[in-house]
Amino acid sequence: MSNSHEISGRREFCFTVNGERKTVPAYPMERLLDVLRHQLRLTGTKEGCGEGECGSCAVLMDGILVNSCLVPLLQAQNANILTIEGLAGAGLHNLQQAFLHCGGTQCGICTPGMILAALYLLKKNPFPTIEDIREGLSGSLCRCTGYMQIFEAVEEAARRQTSDEV
Amino acid sequence: MNNSSIVGISVPRKEGQDKVTGRAQYIDDIVLPGMWYGATVRSTIPRGRIKQITFGAEVAWDDYVIVSAKDIPGKNCIALIAEDQPCLAENCINHPEEPILLLAHADRHALAKAVNAISIEYDPSPAVLTLEESERCCDIIWGSDNTFKTYVIQKGDIDSAWAKAAYIVEGEYRTGAQEQLYIENNGMIAWFDPEHGITVWGSLQCPYYVHKALMTLCQLPAERVRVVQVETGGAFGGKEDYPSMIAGHAALLAIKTRKAVKIIYDRLEDMAATSKRHPSRTRHRTAVSKDGKILGGTIDFTIDGGAYTTLSPVVLSRGAIHAGGPYYWPSVRITAKALATNAPPHGAFRGFGAPQSLFAMERHMDRIAQIIGASPIVVRQRNFLKPGQTTITEQAVREPIDLEKLLDRALELSSYQSRKESFAEENESGEIKKGIGVAAFLHGAGFTGSGERYLGSVVGVEACADGAVRVLVSSTEFGQGTKTALSQVAAETLGLGYEDVDVAPADTMEVPNSGPTVASRTVMVVGSLVCSAALGIRHALRQSGWLGDSYSPEEFRAACRNYVAAHGALRSWSRYEAPPDIFWDDEKHRGEAYAAFAWAVYIASVRVDLTTYTVSVDDFVALQEVGRVLHPVLAAGQITGGVAQGIGLSLYEKVIWQNGRMQNSQMTNYIMPTSLDVPPIRVFFEELGNVHGAFGAKGIGELPIDGPAPAIANAVADALGAPCDCVPLLAEDIFDILTTRVATADRSGSPSR
Amino acid sequence: MRSNPRDYQLVAPGTLHAVLSLLAEAPGKWLPIAGGTDLMVLYGAGKLAARNLVSIWSLPELRGIEVLPDQVRIGAGCTYAELREHPVIAREFPLLARAASWTGGTANQNRGTIGGNIVNASPAADSLPALLVYEAELILVSVRGERRVPYLGFHTGYKTTQLAGDELLRAVCLARQFSECLHHTRKVGARSAQAIAKVAIAALGGVAGGRVQEVRIALASVAPVPLRLFETERAVKGKSIDKCLLAAARRATVSEIRPIDDIRSTARYRSAVSSNLVEEFLRRLSAGAPI
Repeated sequence: MSNSHEISGRREFCFTVNGERKTVPAYPMERLLDVLRHQLRLTGTKEGCGEGECGSCAVLMDGILVNSCLVPLLQAQNANILTIEGLAGAGLHNLQQAFLHCGGTQCGICTPGMILAALYLLKKNPFPTIEDIREGLSGSLCRCTGYMQIFEAVEEAARRQTSDEV
Repeated sequence: MNNSSIVGISVPRKEGQDKVTGRAQYIDDIVLPGMWYGATVRSTIPRGRIKQITFGAEVAWDDYVIVSAKDIPGKNCIALIAEDQPCLAENCINHPEEPILLLAHADRHALAKAVNAISIEYDPSPAVLTLEESERCCDIIWGSDNTFKTYVIQKGDIDSAWAKAAYIVEGEYRTGAQEQLYIENNGMIAWFDPEHGITVWGSLQCPYYVHKALMTLCQLPAERVRVVQVETGGAFGGKEDYPSMIAGHAALLAIKTRKAVKIIYDRLEDMAATSKRHPSRTRHRTAVSKDGKILGGTIDFTIDGGAYTTLSPVVLSRGAIHAGGPYYWPSVRITAKALATNAPPHGAFRGFGAPQSLFAMERHMDRIAQIIGASPIVVRQRNFLKPGQTTITEQAVREPIDLEKLLDRALELSSYQSRKESFAEENESGEIKKGIGVAAFLHGAGFTGSGERYLGSVVGVEACADGAVRVLVSSTEFGQGTKTALSQVAAETLGLGYEDVDVAPADTMEVPNSGPTVASRTVMVVGSLVCSAALGIRHALRQSGWLGDSYSPEEFRAACRNYVAAHGALRSWSRYEAPPDIFWDDEKHRGEAYAAFAWAVYIASVRVDLTTYTVSVDDFVALQEVGRVLHPVLAAGQITGGVAQGIGLSLYEKVIWQNGRMQNSQMTNYIMPTSLDVPPIRVFFEELGNVHGAFGAKGIGELPIDGPAPAIANAVADALGAPCDCVPLLAEDIFDILTTRVATADRSGSPSR
Repeated sequence: MRSNPRDYQLVAPGTLHAVLSLLAEAPGKWLPIAGGTDLMVLYGAGKLAARNLVSIWSLPELRGIEVLPDQVRIGAGCTYAELREHPVIAREFPLLARAASWTGGTANQNRGTIGGNIVNASPAADSLPALLVYEAELILVSVRGERRVPYLGFHTGYKTTQLAGDELLRAVCLARQFSECLHHTRKVGARSAQAIAKVAIAALGGVAGGRVQEVRIALASVAPVPLRLFETERAVKGKSIDKCLLAAARRATVSEIRPIDDIRSTARYRSAVSSNLVEEFLRRLSAGAPI
């Protein structure tokens, strides 16, 4: 019965994830989130709400922070995606270190999206005020920390990043 | 021995690297070979009988495995305290979202449509939806009188208190349901084979609760049920009892399909179907002397348990014991009731009844102050419990707590006096009204009364072949830092480095039952057992001659390696034993309710905008005495997180019910605080030391959710000059309070003579 | 995820012409999807009725903000992030810039578009009161050609619009004539970020010789469509702002809005807050205070 609704077959989609070229067979309306998690097994990107409210599924798409639960795969065709798995180099990224040091991660489920939101914030605004941080992270919900230690982590990362550049 | 202290230092969180890199594996990240996916078909009515179930023709049902109550090998219940809650409803429906059928399919995308294609016809019965309807007993939906449990706590001679009173102050206070809203939804994977029995992996707090429930449901002996907790993305009590239900469902599907089956709830299902904080109603009637001393009183504490018993009797007990706050009551009678309604069962949520009854107590203290014409500060000072006095359960306060000093420090930290004065001036004009409110409270750590004795928790510590030490506990990590804190305790006890110690995965095949990870008991109770089990390892190493009287960490590791090579595994066990001088009467709720209390004073500064009736918290001071702080960063994180949840409970988080069903089961309409909604939360600790817990630590996890709601409601009442006796206080509620204040002002207090 | 991807078709023809041709082949069959911040939410919840979608995300013809001497032309595919960061929008159309900054969090501002906000036609949409106040014109396009319609009246009822089945919203035009005015806006949501408006106001005005010369007021979430308060404007225009006028303005506001009780708020509250917001605007107008 379900075949009568099958109107758009699977086909191959290409994009770059964490610097690697990927080709996946998929339906065009599959959510980028599901393709990352299920096909590519990049499970660091989390689903918290499935409606773009919690930010747990945030990734960078062509340098822009997006909620991957709201991106149909077709729109990620040929895009350059960064997920939490692509952040660390030889060692932890500055932000990852700061989150660890300041207590910015507790249960950890919001952490990947939160770190990517912080990364995007610092990219656009390397010297954020506390108000900038509060606003920049307001699309990422955390139920454990009450946000204070996340703010501290972003402030610390910003300090380290600027002192590294100096 | 290594003298550098580990306890008191903010060492890196054990599983922290995995969390910040995305490597941590939560239940939805795990895929087993050939795994199928499960879904739940649920009731849409609050009460009635199932007449007929129809499977729509648009679905190829042969591709699905369908489980109903008839497929249950054992008893159709979720075994916990009572056995009244079915795993799958057979005929009777007692709440919306009650599970009726289970479906499994190889393609996870094939489930939603199939669930929708099943239509269930009901014979509806009248539903009981509020505490008042349940009390009236017009419809009996549980037992003989809709009452899951009643407790009466009686202390002293109340009759003489009324006679001596200068004022009798009455008040009624309410709190709403609150969703735990862990960001990781519930999920389980189950796998079955006839030889090994059932194995489940999941997001959960209490492996042995799930273990017990599965033994009953699947009729399997203990050794053929295995429960493994995987990384758990927040819980807050919300993964204390309901995971047994989901594990049961996954297990039933696994048994029938003979495949691994994964059930992951989406947010809509998780919010609508799983447990929330019990809604409550508390009525105070208090005899007060002319100078503001409490002489005695009655407290009626009633909670809405939903449709089945689940944890309501225990929530009720803790709420009742905390109902008198941190004050001395010469006499009191507390009548506590948990009632049934046709809503999904309410369950554990951080604080476990105490936030509800403490909200009432602390609002009531402000009402007493208002009625006798004293400041809220003075009324609290006059009534604080002092060492040597007894609590409402007649437990003597043995800790050297000085609540007046704690209050003074909090007042100073929050600039209380100067704010009070400047707010009074500012509030004379303009549309912004500012207020400041105080809450003083306590929270008992560990299970209540004889609870720990009944639990008889067991902890193991193991010396490994590579020289490392492993802590064996079923106590779980879900963000609070269990693994880190217990590793610190073991390392400190043995004089080892933090990196020399780890905590074994919470797998019932590997670890003993150290009790559930609830009730702020892990560091205090389990931590103490970790100390003694660790000492057992050292003793064995010394006895066997592999370890000298003094040693370096390297020598200790070598001793472990040598011992294991020579003799095989070395494990040391420690079982909880109640101190001999502890008295507790469970029937009368009298005696030593808790081994230790944590104490706190929280102060909130708020502003209310009279153009929009919205409240925002401008400043929040959280000062507490929790014994020794083992890990400053983790401890502060517990407090700020609890305060933020408390701000949610106070101002944002309202469950909208219709016919027993949550209407706003999405993150877009159930409103939790964002990073823009929290004030600076300023955390301070007093450390008095405590003999009970590991290195003097007491419980900390639940304390911080008790204080924000009364502190904020008191601050809003201060700003508006109007009583705010229900939380949450949404803008619409503030508007209602202000537009109906003439009708209700001061209805509640009257001089008695 | 409550939808099955195989039940849905999504195509991306890549040019405006190709999209319009597709829409023209079977008017009403294809639903355009831009950043997905509304439609993908429905899709995730299993509630997206349309099965055939055409992606207009990143269509070059819909992008960009064009600043002309007398007007600003905003491509329908312009995101909230682009709107709030654009200097001319921020300077001359602050109501729109502020509304864009209030919509969702950063990630949704990076994907949500002004065209989507208009066509989705929610009475609670953040940017729409601003467009009512600025008397925006919409450019609608189809294979039949372009037409310009005033935004006022574009919404014909709850979630319905004047858009024909083969048409696409191409751009929003704003006349550059408000720099002398006071702009006032405020959103009342359930929290400070990521909130859907319970009530929101966008207004502008000017006072000369003690009397209100120019005044425009619009509210969100108080009627089936975003509402321009013409009655209230009439009650105020040409008059001096005093206690009596404020009371009259409040009465007019309450009489022309049609708020309801729903999951997010109550009619009683919305009504009271609407008149409070109108009064607040008029008081600021009278005091000459900027937003």
